[in-house]
Amino acid sequence: MDVIAVNSLTKRYDAVLAVDGISFAAPAGATIGLLGGNGAGKTTTIAMMLGLLVPTAGTIRILGHDMARDRFAALARMNFSSPYIALPHRLTVAENLRVYGHLYNVHGLEQRIAELAAELDLGALLDRPAGQLSAGQKTRVALAKSLINRPEVLLLDEPTASLDPDTGDLVRTWLERYRTQTGCTILLASHNMAEVERLCTDVLMLKQGRIVDRGSPAELLVRYGQANLEEVFLDIARDRKQGVLV
Amino acid sequence: MSAALRRIWGLMYRHLALYRRSWPRLLELAYWPVLQMCIWGFTASFLTGRIGGAAATAGAALMGGVLLWEVTLRSQMGLSISFLEEIWSRNLGHVFVSPLRPHELVLALIGMSFLRMAIGVAPAILLAWLLYAFNLFSLGPALILFFINMMVMGWWVALGVVSLILRHGAGAEPLAWGVLFGLAPFSAVFYPVSVLPGFLQPVALSLPAAHVFEGMRGILLDGVVRTDHLLAAVGLNILWLGAASLLFARQFHQARVRGALLSIGE
Repeated sequence: MDVIAVNSLTKRYDAVLAVDGISFAAPAGATIGLLGGNGAGKTTTIAMMLGLLVPTAGTIRILGHDMARDRFAALARMNFSSPYIALPHRLTVAENLRVYGHLYNVHGLEQRIAELAAELDLGALLDRPAGQLSAGQKTRVALAKSLINRPEVLLLDEPTASLDPDTGDLVRTWLERYRTQTGCTILLASHNMAEVERLCTDVLMLKQGRIVDRGSPAELLVRYGQANLEEVFLDIARDRKQGVLV
Repeated sequence: MSAALRRIWGLMYRHLALYRRSWPRLLELAYWPVLQMCIWGFTASFLTGRIGGAAATAGAALMGGVLLWEVTLRSQMGLSISFLEEIWSRNLGHVFVSPLRPHELVLALIGMSFLRMAIGVAPAILLAWLLYAFNLFSLGPALILFFINMMVMGWWVALGVVSLILRHGAGAEPLAWGVLFGLAPFSAVFYPVSVLPGFLQPVALSLPAAHVFEGMRGILLDGVVRTDHLLAAVGLNILWLGAASLLFARQFHQARVRGALLSIGE
């Protein structure tokens, strides 16, 4: 059974069609990349999957739960990270993780915080206010928050934005390990094409709210005759070639 | 602890952690109630000294009015500002994608409202007793009902404010500080409803606060517990709280339709 099943998902704001009837599915353990320029519909899609936004039409099922009727059962088994949504900056890192540990009803919370601190190298930061951290440190804390409940589905919006190459690589390695160990399904929106090539099993190319192409990174490279996904992205964004689904 | 209680506690812990480390925040909670008590307490003392016995009774009604009005004001601000704290820290996105239900969010905010009100009003009650020999507890068991009614009124007004913030965003934020001052003239805090012009009296009588203050004056001035006013306050609070809850539920849903939860406060 697919862990994520999105069918004919549509979001319209008055005259603007932000997402135009997209459908996709993801089995357990898959990492799906959402690629597209600004305004392509990535954030709107993720917001609808998280229940922050009510779709105009279409259905979303996550972990067998219909998000329109039963979203809280799914949300308890999911999590989300975005550098664009902050954590309370006057709370320390440990306090922030405790807040979310309680919200997600994590058992053995202090032990879980210690595990995450060790794995994401946050030990020295636990007693520091989140607002005093560097951008890279904040991103690692946000990732720790998103893993506090050992999610089965993880939605990541540019998880390595603002990270230096070394820390970015550390995070990507950690995500790969987490996926391998837990079978977690990941939806990743990113502008880092190398990251998408490395992490994603399947890529959805979005443009103006529609999926214009899809496939594994290797399939897309062959289809567009390019050496990397960045060139594929540019081909689609600049209409140099049309996606096969247009 | 059940999962629901733990989620409520989680959100309260987020606010309590802030207060634990910040004495200015704690001080700010008690600052205005104490200041109000000083001003009105000294005014009552002055009038009692100049006029005598009748002014002493009126002074007691004045101080009782100040303290009970502060209960409503601090309860309302406690709930509204705790919600605004989530907006200011740009944390709402994380909160709303967690399994926290909207009603649990409201219960957590009510919990914080109660704590903030208690921390804010307790020093003013103590001050009234120490400086002006006014013991609020002389109102007897009815005081508990007065307190509860005034708190509940603060909560439904705050839910209305939160609903307007969900609808209109940052532009509605100033209501969190000012909205209750607009209701004060009709709440009969310092004077009976009968003083108001006839066309305004129905407005006053639709507010639980007016019945609480009429009840308080009944005890302080006449030594009578007015159960009719108490029942009216309870009934009106149930009606207004129900209406405010429906408004909040509707605005929360509408905010999810419009995408306002993604950009609220910007």
